[in-house]
Amino acid sequence: MKLIPGLVALPGTSRANKTGSWRIERPLFLHQKCNGCRLCDWCCPEGIVSGQGKLFDCDFDYCKGCGICAEVCPVDDIVMQVEER
Amino acid sequence: MATLMDRVITSKAAVLEGSRAIAEAVRLCRPQVISAYPITPQTHVVEALAQMVADGALKAEFVNVESEHSAASVVLGASATGARVYTASSSQGIALMSEVLFNIAGLRLPVVLTCANRALSSPLNIWNDQQDSLSVRDAGWVQLYVEDNQEAVDTHLQAYAIAEDRRVLLPTMVCADGFLLTHTYEPVIVPTQEEVDAFLPPYRPQHYLTPDKPLTMGAFADPEYYMESRYLLDRALERSQAVIEDAAQRFNRAFGRHYGGLLDTLHMEGARTAVVAMGSVVATLRDVVSGLRDDGHAVGLVKVRSFRPFPKDALRSALRDVDRVLVLERALSPGGVGILAAEVRAVLQGQPRQPAVSAFVAGLGGRDIPVETLQALIARAQDEAVEQGFADLKAELVEEGDEDES
Ligand code: SF4
Ligand code: SF4
Repeated sequence: MKLIPGLVALPGTSRANKTGSWRIERPLFLHQKCNGCRLCDWCCPEGIVSGQGKLFDCDFDYCKGCGICAEVCPVDDIVMQVEER
Repeated sequence: MATLMDRVITSKAAVLEGSRAIAEAVRLCRPQVISAYPITPQTHVVEALAQMVADGALKAEFVNVESEHSAASVVLGASATGARVYTASSSQGIALMSEVLFNIAGLRLPVVLTCANRALSSPLNIWNDQQDSLSVRDAGWVQLYVEDNQEAVDTHLQAYAIAEDRRVLLPTMVCADGFLLTHTYEPVIVPTQEEVDAFLPPYRPQHYLTPDKPLTMGAFADPEYYMESRYLLDRALERSQAVIEDAAQRFNRAFGRHYGGLLDTLHMEGARTAVVAMGSVVATLRDVVSGLRDDGHAVGLVKVRSFRPFPKDALRSALRDVDRVLVLERALSPGGVGILAAEVRAVLQGQPRQPAVSAFVAGLGGRDIPVETLQALIARAQDEAVEQGFADLKAELVEEGDEDES
């Protein structure tokens, strides 16, 4: 990536910044009690939860392990686990 | 350099106040957004521009603000949207703008600013010296110093061409001595709109803020990116040396007037002693040095027109054959030496032939620098050892021991 004078950043360049390396805990989508409310999708600050019906997952290239998805899930169908690397 | 009388007259000459002449030049550059806060001795420039906008003679947005910090911020934002912009200030106004001046350069926005050079407080003083613009030396702006009002007019046209050049993209400050130039009436050739349009095409920014094509300007830079972005700024200033020379040459071809690019020289052939100076004192020095030449003294003159970028190579080559240099400046770095003097000494360091550099601070806070003073300083620089000090200091006002008396 070459710097553009004035540190101009074109849209979409946040994709180059893989925030997955920040993670200490990772969400585990249990796929057991999910009611399809999509709160995990809407609340994820990285916008990387996706899925359909009652089957949601996230993109671990960018999931920074904040735990918001697990916090907002009304049926506790997402749990945070310490990630060993 | 040609005198005013020798210059090819391509347009109408008029007797104008310096500030008015600068305002005419700015109008001809078609700025789209102007923002400024009045301060002596810059006021007449922006007053004239405000009148032009009010009268419909200039189609621009004139944004009135409550401080110089805001004026600089307005032109920063407007320039980021791709508009051609203008502001002007002096002294305390430049000091108040300084935070934003650094931002404008880092954002690589081609803002043009006139600094009507004036002393900094304290003590309060509204008259001329160059400590204001020199105090923002390291902001990352191109700084051009002019010696008369025709050069002030012409340099504003060149300033936009330099700032907006894709190889540069840097803000440019045109420094004109307050009162000595801004409030002096001189015959000035004001170019026609057609001539200026042919010289200065509309600004076509590469990147700019618009809702249609969102992007980030001036992104946050952590230790991984900051140094490289400052490096790019430094490289752009170095590259601007060639662009400043180009702009002066191109201007000469279009208008038949030339003031040097990075610097100008007079009587440097065979000179043993060179005087180095910036701004309006150069006009006086032309007469003094020419007179000394007529009397058989091997004296020459170097005008530093571009202080940033500092013309390292051009200056080394201009001073290649001299034994002695006298740097004369209307500025001071308290506790250090003169500001221009330090730069001149630095570029001569390590050269095969190192002239002895004397340095004098003169004319602070609007004190006149008379011809006799210049003649005396040059005579001393020719004969005596290296000296450093204040010219025409009134000993009776600063007698030793005064500080201890209550
Ligand atoms: S842990 Fe945070 S970043 Fe990762 S998927 Fe959940 S909400 Fe998104
Ligand atoms: S928040 Fe929980 S229940 Fe709602 S869609 Fe996500 S996983 Fe399913």
